[in-house]
Amino acid sequence: MSFLTYLINGISLGSIYAIIALGYTMVYGIARMLNFAHGDIIMVGAFAVFTAVSTLGMPPFIGLIAAIAICTALGLTIEFVAYRPLRGATSLAVLITAIGVSYLLQNLALLIFGSNTRQFTSIVTLPNLKLAGGKMTVSSVTIVTIVCCIVIMIALTSFINHTKTGQAMLAVSEDRGAATLMGINVNRTIAVTFAIGSALAAVAGALLCSMYPSLTPYTGSMPGIKAFTAAVFGGIGSIPGALIGGLILGVVENLSKAYISSQLSDAIVFSLLIIILLVRPTGILGKKIQEKV
Amino acid sequence: MAILEVHDLSVYYGVIQAIKGISFEVNQGEIIALIGANGAGKTTILQTITGLIPAKGGKIFYEGTDITRTPGHKLVSMGIAHVPEGRRVFAQLTVLQNLKLGAFTRKDKDGIEDTLKRVYARFPRLKERQNQVAGTLSGGEQQMLAMGRALMSHPRLIVMDEPSMGLSPIYVNEIFDIIGKINRDGTTVLLVEQNAKKALAIANRAYVLETGKIVLSGDAKDLMNNDSVKKAYLSE
Repeated sequence: MSFLTYLINGISLGSIYAIIALGYTMVYGIARMLNFAHGDIIMVGAFAVFTAVSTLGMPPFIGLIAAIAICTALGLTIEFVAYRPLRGATSLAVLITAIGVSYLLQNLALLIFGSNTRQFTSIVTLPNLKLAGGKMTVSSVTIVTIVCCIVIMIALTSFINHTKTGQAMLAVSEDRGAATLMGINVNRTIAVTFAIGSALAAVAGALLCSMYPSLTPYTGSMPGIKAFTAAVFGGIGSIPGALIGGLILGVVENLSKAYISSQLSDAIVFSLLIIILLVRPTGILGKKIQEKV
Repeated sequence: MAILEVHDLSVYYGVIQAIKGISFEVNQGEIIALIGANGAGKTTILQTITGLIPAKGGKIFYEGTDITRTPGHKLVSMGIAHVPEGRRVFAQLTVLQNLKLGAFTRKDKDGIEDTLKRVYARFPRLKERQNQVAGTLSGGEQQMLAMGRALMSHPRLIVMDEPSMGLSPIYVNEIFDIIGKINRDGTTVLLVEQNAKKALAIANRAYVLETGKIVLSGDAKDLMNNDSVKKAYLSE
């Protein structure tokens, strides 16, 4: 029974990685940049929920909506102020800017909230689930997280396949110039992508801190890096890749913590990434870039 | 009446001047060919007209409106479509998705369906392959897709960049045939071609470009009999 518990918890953790990884992978696929500030948007989302629920006493659901709104606005602002002026610049310049934005967000949070660890109150108030006649308990956060991930994946996939904006995103990710010739506003499409990624980061932040309830200005950086790993692992630019990468990462991390060593679990996860990339440099579902003749 | 007027256009790539003060006009209903060797600036002119490259100097008027600084994505709904060099179809999307993207700026659902039917009638092969991923089409089929995609916006002016490039002679004939039909249906065509013979045969008027300047212009039939054109571009 304990294996099953570890597995379910791993899937749940992996679901959070997958939701975060979506933000990395969509922004990379469409804007061709690595948004290293993405992890810190998770932290901002978690602080927004914390402030709304624990400080202002709002109901958790309203707190989550507020966090989504704040993170979406933040993502759009970052894109407009920091990344849009660099649209034609080298990728290194954009990458350094993203790292700068990441430090800026962390230090702003330090300034506003201080460095003390905050106790985050779970936004999931449902009772825990007892299975197999009470032999096994699965926490409600775990279940809600997995359900959230499934809903987000289905919603996002149908958004991309069945809306004009979704098709525009596919077009921009493949050929910006040709997309412009179709009448697609490339800047607007990239902004929408940042908005979606940041909204998802807010959800991920709330779920993450509901699962691991300690909150600091650095809360987002490690899950951010791991979700980035998950995105690369699954094939950066691919949405199903983000899901598969996230789930594998979460399960491997949890099982290594349980059976091998909790200190070595991160090392194991990142070694796995290195091995996968040696065998398949484009990640599990990554597409080879076709040379045009 | 001129649908497109270009006045004293100059374009730079960094410090290099690619287009050196070019003026020409395209009248309603015409097929205009821009011919010239590699690097003469033909593609640059088209990309500047459709807003992919900024103009450094000069003006571009479309139906009397100054579009020199209009962002590229706004020109489609004004009635300009661009079939780019190298086709640039969305290789990972299906033929149908590509065509629907061509109608991205349109909101009239029935009208789009109607145009789709007409595009399929013009290019029956696209209908046969509508659910196939565009990257798996042959070069000629991709060219047809790029043209069909441009027609989906229901343009009044269509600019085509090297539509015959890299195609087999059979496809080249077919493509030029279709360009003629598109024009007879009432769409004005601005055509850039290295295949000067074919281009001059189909065009009303033509401009000959050399290193960013227009060196000759006139009636296409006259240019075909011009000695220097014959020598330089018609390999006679």
